[in-house]
Amino acid sequence: MTAEQKPIGGKIVTKTFLICLFFVVIAGILLVKRFIYGIGAVSNMSDGYPWGIWIAYDVVVGTAFACGGYAVAMLVYVFNKGEYHPLVRPALLASVFGYTLAGVSIFFDIGRYWQAYNLIVPKYSQLNSVMFEVALCVSTYIIVLWIEFMPSFFDWLNKPQLLRTLHKVLFAFIAFGVLLPTMHQSSLGLLVYIAGEKISPLWQTPFLPLLFLITAITMGYSVVIFESVTSSLAFKRDMEIPLLAKLSGFIPPMLGVYLAVRFWDLVGRNSLGLAFTGTLQGNLFLIENILYLIPTIALLSPIKRTNPRWLFISAVSMLLAGGIYRFNTFLVGFDPGPGWHYFPSFSELMITFGMIAIEIMGYTILVKKLPVLPDIKHA
Amino acid sequence: MRIDQESIEHDNIAGLSRRDFVKFCSTLAVGMGLPVGMGAQIAEAVTVQKRPPVLWLSAQECTGCTETLLRTSHPTLEKLILELISLEYHETLLVGAGRQAEDWREKSMKENKGKYILVVDGSIPTKDNGIYCKIGGKTALALLGEMAADAAAVIAIGSCASWGGVPSADPNPTGATPAHEVLKSRGIKTPVVNIPGCPPNPYNFLSTVLYFVTFKKLPELDDQSRPKFAYGRLIHENCERRPHFDAGRFAIQFGDEGHRKGYCLYKLGCKGPETFANCPIQLFNDVGSGAWPVGTGHPCFGCSEKGVGFTLPLHSPARPKYVTPPSIFPGIEAHKSGGASIAAAAVVAGLAGAALGAGAVTVKKLGEKEEGRKGTEE
Amino acid sequence: MNIKRRDFLKVVAGSSLLLASGDVAFARTAKKLPPSAVGILYDATVCIGCKACQNACKQYNEMPAEHTAPEQIWDDPVDLSGKTLNIIKAYKNGTGATKDAEINGYSFVKRHCMHCIDPSCVSACPVTALDKKSDNGVVTYNKNACIGCRYCQIACPYNIPRFEWDDPFPQIRKCQLCDHRYKEGKFSACCEFCPTGASIFGKVIDLLAEAKKRLTLKPGDYYHYPVAHVTSRETSYRPVSIYLNHVYGEKEGGGTQYLLLSGVPFAKLGLPVLSEDSAANRSETLQHTLYYGLIAPITFLGGLMYAVYRNTRKEHEDKGDKL
Repeated sequence: MTAEQKPIGGKIVTKTFLICLFFVVIAGILLVKRFIYGIGAVSNMSDGYPWGIWIAYDVVVGTAFACGGYAVAMLVYVFNKGEYHPLVRPALLASVFGYTLAGVSIFFDIGRYWQAYNLIVPKYSQLNSVMFEVALCVSTYIIVLWIEFMPSFFDWLNKPQLLRTLHKVLFAFIAFGVLLPTMHQSSLGLLVYIAGEKISPLWQTPFLPLLFLITAITMGYSVVIFESVTSSLAFKRDMEIPLLAKLSGFIPPMLGVYLAVRFWDLVGRNSLGLAFTGTLQGNLFLIENILYLIPTIALLSPIKRTNPRWLFISAVSMLLAGGIYRFNTFLVGFDPGPGWHYFPSFSELMITFGMIAIEIMGYTILVKKLPVLPDIKHA
Repeated sequence: MRIDQESIEHDNIAGLSRRDFVKFCSTLAVGMGLPVGMGAQIAEAVTVQKRPPVLWLSAQECTGCTETLLRTSHPTLEKLILELISLEYHETLLVGAGRQAEDWREKSMKENKGKYILVVDGSIPTKDNGIYCKIGGKTALALLGEMAADAAAVIAIGSCASWGGVPSADPNPTGATPAHEVLKSRGIKTPVVNIPGCPPNPYNFLSTVLYFVTFKKLPELDDQSRPKFAYGRLIHENCERRPHFDAGRFAIQFGDEGHRKGYCLYKLGCKGPETFANCPIQLFNDVGSGAWPVGTGHPCFGCSEKGVGFTLPLHSPARPKYVTPPSIFPGIEAHKSGGASIAAAAVVAGLAGAALGAGAVTVKKLGEKEEGRKGTEE
Repeated sequence: MNIKRRDFLKVVAGSSLLLASGDVAFARTAKKLPPSAVGILYDATVCIGCKACQNACKQYNEMPAEHTAPEQIWDDPVDLSGKTLNIIKAYKNGTGATKDAEINGYSFVKRHCMHCIDPSCVSACPVTALDKKSDNGVVTYNKNACIGCRYCQIACPYNIPRFEWDDPFPQIRKCQLCDHRYKEGKFSACCEFCPTGASIFGKVIDLLAEAKKRLTLKPGDYYHYPVAHVTSRETSYRPVSIYLNHVYGEKEGGGTQYLLLSGVPFAKLGLPVLSEDSAANRSETLQHTLYYGLIAPITFLGGLMYAVYRNTRKEHEDKGDKL
């Protein structure tokens, strides 16, 4: 076996780790409150805004951020770009965490969590529901992700026999690992389509599934770039610049398609004017799309693609653009009518921060202990 | 008996003309929610039969219940006790006294065994074997036991007899107990009607007596053995000041503008919303409208309601029994604040700031790294 | 590698073709009014704002009182909520002097579930907790199915389903048209107890006919408004007000079983302006186009399996057993 990846080692308990732990403890206390007194005790959600940041961030944005595994796997295994192989494991690890925590936070958010299994009780399953499809796809994908990530564990445990057995069937799981996100990332967009007139025309369109899917993939690549750059800084490692440069090259054409569809659709529905009304919705629409333009333009240049600074700026812009697009679609563009207001409460935010903190803690522990990050020979 | 026109014209009953008497009975019948025609039946019942014997036992009481009975005007008390009922024993109104009175009580009990009505007024002290109230050497506890056993029905008049009243107020030094509880603890099955109030409205008492005499059964009772015709509704439901409550117009203190304008007395501690009684429709003393506590500008203090009168502070707000909508309308828009709290906004701003800072630092570091790399390459 | 990629693209192209043809083949038809659909007709011009309906609704649905004022003495909800299924709200403009006038006038409006003919909440609910009865069309809620995801709240254009935010074991609450009272021969409590005939219960076709008839009446003329039930012989004889020539709910969002008449524009009464096509229909058409019979996903999966299998096997040969 060639040691393509190896654990980076080092102390587990660092300053970052302790800060994260602090947030996790606070979130834990607030969650106890939520389960004793109900969701209203910790969140600002209301009957007008029944979904807050727990859905908009933890689930919708969170799973898009966790699309690295999906986007890279598609590249490596479907389009047979073997050179990106070193990026698979770190991307998968982020995906495993992102999706698992999204799955966990759904249980904080849904009111009757003890009945969640009703989704798969045949007499209750409602096949016309977009939520049904999303819920089923996401939960299956979480399992698939863990299976896809198993080789790292088996490497660590030094169980080559298990590894070989797994490899015989892994292709099926990888195929599922591409199909399921394709389905649910597009369906996440479709979720709000039924809200009809409650969503601003700036975001409400039958192209929601396509737009969500494209941005999920570009966000996936951006996350890989972002993680590679930040972990090289954080763990004082060299960067896989040539690989990242090639990877980032996929972003501009995809975003080009995205922006073309987006604006063609807006102009076609005569709704683009709403962007310049100076309202919160209009302004956030402008910010969202300016942020899309940054990676689209910057990454067109092959020189900028090899510049870590531009790679980082583009990746962050892309992630922000995709994140804001999702927030806009689910919260800012969602208007249940006059009199309703929503801004997350302090407790609600702290619970979300706790989830992010767990994700960072878990990621650092696993890259230090498991063979995840590529073993880069110092230049 | 058929009441023929002649006798109606000429007979005098209870000092009333026959016609007036039937009218009086009809008034009572209506008060109890019976059809007007029932008045004749009541009149027949009280005139044809032997006047119903009534024994009145007073225990720990203030004689207020007797006083309230003295204030009736249709009929007056003397007409009631001399013509309508046969008052066999009543400590305040007895002609005889001492041994004579007690003998008469015993004789009457024997003669009317199972037929007389026992009225109990005042609570029964049970502590130390009931020694805190004695009549003719016997404790009220023992007297109630022996008198109730042979009665056709027991009417507990007043809050003391109905649920303990003033004497039972904390710390209840005499172990004051309502009549029905004493009977229950002694296994006496005689039916009990409670007419609570301090004092109760005399017509609620009279109506109950006449109903029993006429129909040989007790009127319909609620779960606290109170006749439903008198205690079926909250004071709040029949109060003439109710519209002010619904509209949110209250007297805030005695003598303020709202008080002078006759606004709702809820905020002065009116217990109408949790007290069941017909005070606002039956009124007191036959002097016309407004003759009841709330009508005079004083909040109801729930004298008739167990757990309210003599229990709650006079001016503490009532706990409405049935909550109904006010006459104030919500607007069309939703009423949910859900805006940003200072803490939440601060957290978001802090986070945005931190992210921006971290981003800037990263970009800078990357720049340095890039410079360094170029440096080594060169 | 190129060959494989071409194979893959072929599969993708095949599934896209399926998707493209889907628009026609898998379009879902809009739902129709059930044959014996029942509903409510609310005439804001007849409503006097007495809230008897609000009170009766609480009583017959055993809902708790809701206190919003500091006094905590009234059942004074300001909106529908987990405790309030039916509410009378008031529109007021300027001096508020004239009833049913948009300018310087006022009007009441009674808000509760519209019982849509093609309800978004039913289409949205992943576990059939919200369901539309096939006979009388009542949109019912089953707490034993509900997972509390609140997608129904997102979907409902009228913001009707309400959630018990302050309960650790919350439910969705909404008007179920007093479905539980029909077997006793009774009907919606809000209609039964309405003293003026502002809310009347009945079959939707009868209600719609009654509403249309009222629109033809001449303002100022006297009319026998049926009380409680559209077929009731008890009527309130009163002058006709000026109506807006619109029966709200006849066409909105594919139609509803709760119909409204008013003198004030419905948007002013908090009722949204909706297209005639239901959002459920639009959403399900799009979804069925993508997922009809799972043909597209399964084809796609087949292509993926093939491509991944070929690519990973090559990799095994090239680089040994490492994935």
